[in-house]
Amino acid sequence: MSAVAAPAPAFEQGTKWRAFWAVLYRDLYVTSREFHVFLAQVILQPLFMLFVFGKVLATLSLTTPGYTDLLFPGLLALTAVLTALQALAFPLVAEFGWTKEIEDRLLAPMPTSFVVAEKVLFAVVRSLIATLIMIPIGILILGSIPWRWAGFPLFVAGLLLGALVGAGFGLLMGTLVRPERITLLFALVFTPLLFTGCSQYPWPELAQIRWFQIVTACNPMTYVSELLRGAMVPQVPHIRPWICIVVLIFAVTALLTVGLKGFYRRAID
Amino acid sequence: MVPTDSEGVVIEVRDLVKRYPKSPVNAVDGVSFAASQGEVFGLLGPNGAGKTTTIGMLTTRVRPTAGVARIGGVDVVDDPVQARAQLAVVPQHSNLDRSISIRDNLIFHAAYHGVPAREREERADKLLEQFGLLDRARDKPDFFSGGQSQRVMIARALMHAPRVLFLDEPSTGLDPAARLFVWDRLRELRDSDVTLILTTHDMDEAALLADKVGIMDHGRLLALDTPDALIDSLEGEGTLELTADQPADGVVVDALAGLAGVERVETVHGAAENGSTESEPLRVRLYLTGDAALSVAPAAAVLHEHGLALQDVKLGTPTLEDVFIHLTGRTLR
Repeated sequence: MSAVAAPAPAFEQGTKWRAFWAVLYRDLYVTSREFHVFLAQVILQPLFMLFVFGKVLATLSLTTPGYTDLLFPGLLALTAVLTALQALAFPLVAEFGWTKEIEDRLLAPMPTSFVVAEKVLFAVVRSLIATLIMIPIGILILGSIPWRWAGFPLFVAGLLLGALVGAGFGLLMGTLVRPERITLLFALVFTPLLFTGCSQYPWPELAQIRWFQIVTACNPMTYVSELLRGAMVPQVPHIRPWICIVVLIFAVTALLTVGLKGFYRRAID
Repeated sequence: MVPTDSEGVVIEVRDLVKRYPKSPVNAVDGVSFAASQGEVFGLLGPNGAGKTTTIGMLTTRVRPTAGVARIGGVDVVDDPVQARAQLAVVPQHSNLDRSISIRDNLIFHAAYHGVPAREREERADKLLEQFGLLDRARDKPDFFSGGQSQRVMIARALMHAPRVLFLDEPSTGLDPAARLFVWDRLRELRDSDVTLILTTHDMDEAALLADKVGIMDHGRLLALDTPDALIDSLEGEGTLELTADQPADGVVVDALAGLAGVERVETVHGAAENGSTESEPLRVRLYLTGDAALSVAPAAAVLHEHGLALQDVKLGTPTLEDVFIHLTGRTLR
């Protein structure tokens, strides 16, 4: 801190950012100490999907050749969205509901929006770690994964937007859901989200089941799956990347705005 | 002595109002008070009186509907971040971070408040020792008793050296030893110039700890003064506790209640040390409108008429509880 600058505002600026990083550091510290728990939480589900759909069914010749290539980007999308969602929703419901752990953060010298921003950033970090771990796992199980350096910028955009969409859902659910309803929440929201996000099938092909195509078009995760397919396997028919990006930016903005409002309602009476 | 000049004022509350949405009445209804550096301010009142809401507004967690609240000159609505930097809260129920040890709870709290790394380690160890928690420093808060959690939370609150410490019902649910321990620590804090704001429905706690007491009911501050001054306001009123040599029935109690100057009579049940309550000698407390000493002779005469002998007399002065009853017409519990 500068000794000559006006002390009060300088102090305040520094204080709130220090608080922000300290809270993020606490979250990373806890995750690093329980990394095996984190892995079990986020990797197990996509791992089994990858193994059963990508390896078992393919080996038994129950899927057509090339299915694995369109499945893998879809599973990355699924991991990106659901990891961020869980990283936010679960702790938030508990912290507001019964542990009240969030109070110490809300009373830290930083704006309430910083508390939310930290949670979103942490969820994105967790989501990125989980998706990146999926790459070596994919290579290990499938032998190879579809990869194009030309699609790298779209790939990064897909992971980031997927993480943000998941964080937005998590924030919304974490602030709206009463703690006693948490199991119901996961039955009603989690499972449909998981299976209507086009992670296991490409969206354009759904033209054969028109109503389901419309349903999946309402799930933001669909656009994450399609964006990653555009990045990694452009030969598979997919929704045009720019459409995906526009829809996702819109979805992220909407989810975070409503989620932030919900958070304020819970944080300040 | 407590400073009274505006320089020393740390907490300033003026006409503070809180009305929750959909509620027909104000939860806090125009409360004003001030507290100086090193002062202990007790908010006394029954559950639902508006104490916790008042504290919530001062600690930036409840948005006031109207009025002003300042901490160290900082308006809590205009600049909640600066206000938070100066205050700490010890809630009634544990809100400790369960994922990390209690030492880490202290250290991370200090980090949130920008205390430099080496300083927070030193301060954590010092506070853990002071609060008798050093041997459990590495434990997670999961299996801590209410009293232990309370101690950890007070220690945590002190990590960033706040100017004002808010304590919500600090000794509710504590055993007597833990309560005395907490009271001692709070007195030490006051002596080191920390301003303490505590809510309580415990009269003894308010009378023993607080320099100033605000009595709250239905969102309003009914009285505000030192405990002694509040009690003195009931001047001329007193209690008289009588113990007879043997048990007696309700007729005696009714006769005592009929004496001049007696407002009401309460039968006192002692602890079971004298055997069963059936055979317990009569013990009553008379609440009087005048000087208690003047009622001793008439009361002794009534007992004598009913064949009882007066064995023990205790003249009582009013307590904070009596002040509360006087103001609200109800007991606290």
